[in-house]
Amino acid sequence: MLVAVLTYVGYGVLTLFGYLRDFMRQWKIEKCQNATEREEQKDFVPLYQDFENFYNRNLYMRIRDSWNRPICSVPGAKVDMMERVSHDYNWTFTYTGRVIKDIINMGSYNYLGFAQKAGTCQEAAAKVLSQYGAGVCSTRQEMGNLDKHEELEKLVARFLGVESAMAYGMGFATNSMNIPALVGKGCLILSDELNHASLVLGARLSGATIRIFKHNNMQSLEKLLKDAIVHGQPRTRRPWKKILILVEGIYSMEGSIVRLPEVIALKKKYKSYLYLDEAHSIGALGPTGRGVVEYFGLSPEDVDVMMGTFTKSFGAAGGYIGGKKELIDYLRTYSHSAVYATSLSPPVVEQIITSMKCIMGEDGTNVGKARVQQLAENTRYFRRRLKEMGFIIYGNEDSPVVPLMLYMPAKIGAFGREMLKRNIGVVVVGFPATPIIESRARFCLSAAHTKEMLDTALKEINEVGDLLQLKYSRHRLVPLLDRPFDETTYEETED
Amino acid sequence: MDIKSMKYYLYWLYCQFELITCSYLMEPWEKLLFYSFNITMLVMVLYIAYIFVPVHITMAFQFFLHLFGNQHENTVSIVK
Repeated sequence: MLVAVLTYVGYGVLTLFGYLRDFMRQWKIEKCQNATEREEQKDFVPLYQDFENFYNRNLYMRIRDSWNRPICSVPGAKVDMMERVSHDYNWTFTYTGRVIKDIINMGSYNYLGFAQKAGTCQEAAAKVLSQYGAGVCSTRQEMGNLDKHEELEKLVARFLGVESAMAYGMGFATNSMNIPALVGKGCLILSDELNHASLVLGARLSGATIRIFKHNNMQSLEKLLKDAIVHGQPRTRRPWKKILILVEGIYSMEGSIVRLPEVIALKKKYKSYLYLDEAHSIGALGPTGRGVVEYFGLSPEDVDVMMGTFTKSFGAAGGYIGGKKELIDYLRTYSHSAVYATSLSPPVVEQIITSMKCIMGEDGTNVGKARVQQLAENTRYFRRRLKEMGFIIYGNEDSPVVPLMLYMPAKIGAFGREMLKRNIGVVVVGFPATPIIESRARFCLSAAHTKEMLDTALKEINEVGDLLQLKYSRHRLVPLLDRPFDETTYEETED
Repeated sequence: MDIKSMKYYLYWLYCQFELITCSYLMEPWEKLLFYSFNITMLVMVLYIAYIFVPVHITMAFQFFLHLFGNQHENTVSIVK
């Protein structure tokens, strides 16, 4: 309660100073360094007066040095970063020329540690690069369909346990370009409150009616489904052509895992379709890394459209969609991304193929299984230690995405800077991605982190937590208390 | 030894104040403005408390005496 009040106090002070600075900029007492309209356009509809721009000018500029930091090595467990300073309070940056080496990387989505510059994946990718070159120079439908792509798609289908799969060049484009191909006007989309921007964009582009249910809340979803079936379309009362439920495997800002068994039960009861976006959970959950479907022990045939990305656990780029053969054949012809977007680049495809074979164990070694187990151990250890220290952590016990609550705006900037001083790189998130009072720092664990690295990181987080007073939790946690299975939501304290 | 940890504790308290009110993020002239405003307000409140609180306490004291007993004290004429 106190924390909430103090957060509002902090935002109130910053808002007052924001108004003061805007006033001074308007009356030319201070030089205006951000974008404004030209003199001739001053009588038009104002462009920069809404809250988002106000926030951007006044609050974001003050703590901007925690974002867009340039790194200059492979983003593995340790990374090198170029140092930069700002002499005019973050409006411009200059590089000092120094490179900060060996920063422990807690921000990259490197869940299984395949972002490496040496090893089997890199050698295979280099060989394919010398064979095929780097560019494809065509879309998938014209001349861009290489035999590597066919091999990749068969492999992905086998990995997921579905009939057929298709791969695209960009994960965001997979969502935003394929949802319009699947649903249209006269269909209903039920999407979770906290879905990613790509899902929201795809849903809006499709022209279907969108209804939002509360995050991971099955009663809200069931109520919406019942209303949809009983009342039909809004004006004409005809039945909906299709009902599509959009959920994600792991939500990247919360770390919570979707309640998949209940969603599938509801989907079967009300005869709707399920679109599962496993961007963060593929490779990271489940005993052999097959994602959230295996984590719950369900059959992949229950999910109609399984989507995922290769960016996070496989160390490459791109996305895929898997499902029944008729669905994928339809998408090969009708998806915007297949018709207009360039296909995946061959070295990237080879990286995905090698890493997927490694996870499945088909390259003859134990490396894949060892990595999946190492990630699970790292996750449990890290989360347990952070909770024991007294921080507020969101998310399910098994998800490798760990958001640590900061709440106050000044602590966002302070946390990022203090951790960088201690050679740990973290990602802090504030307003547009999270609600305005719930800012957080997000740690992404990796199988490449050794226990010593995690211990160093935990020690530094402890110090910074004492320095900035971030240990808000009022629970006294008994160590080794296993949480029951169906508590997949967050909220550690009632604040 | 104790002075050092005391000074460190006071410095830490000052850091917390800076973080909570976001003066950690302000430029120096903004900090000057903010602190001078705060200190002025604080000094005024303390001054008013110093002047008026004893008078209010004696008046309340007499009110309660009048409520429970029934005698007027001779010193009731402090208030002009």
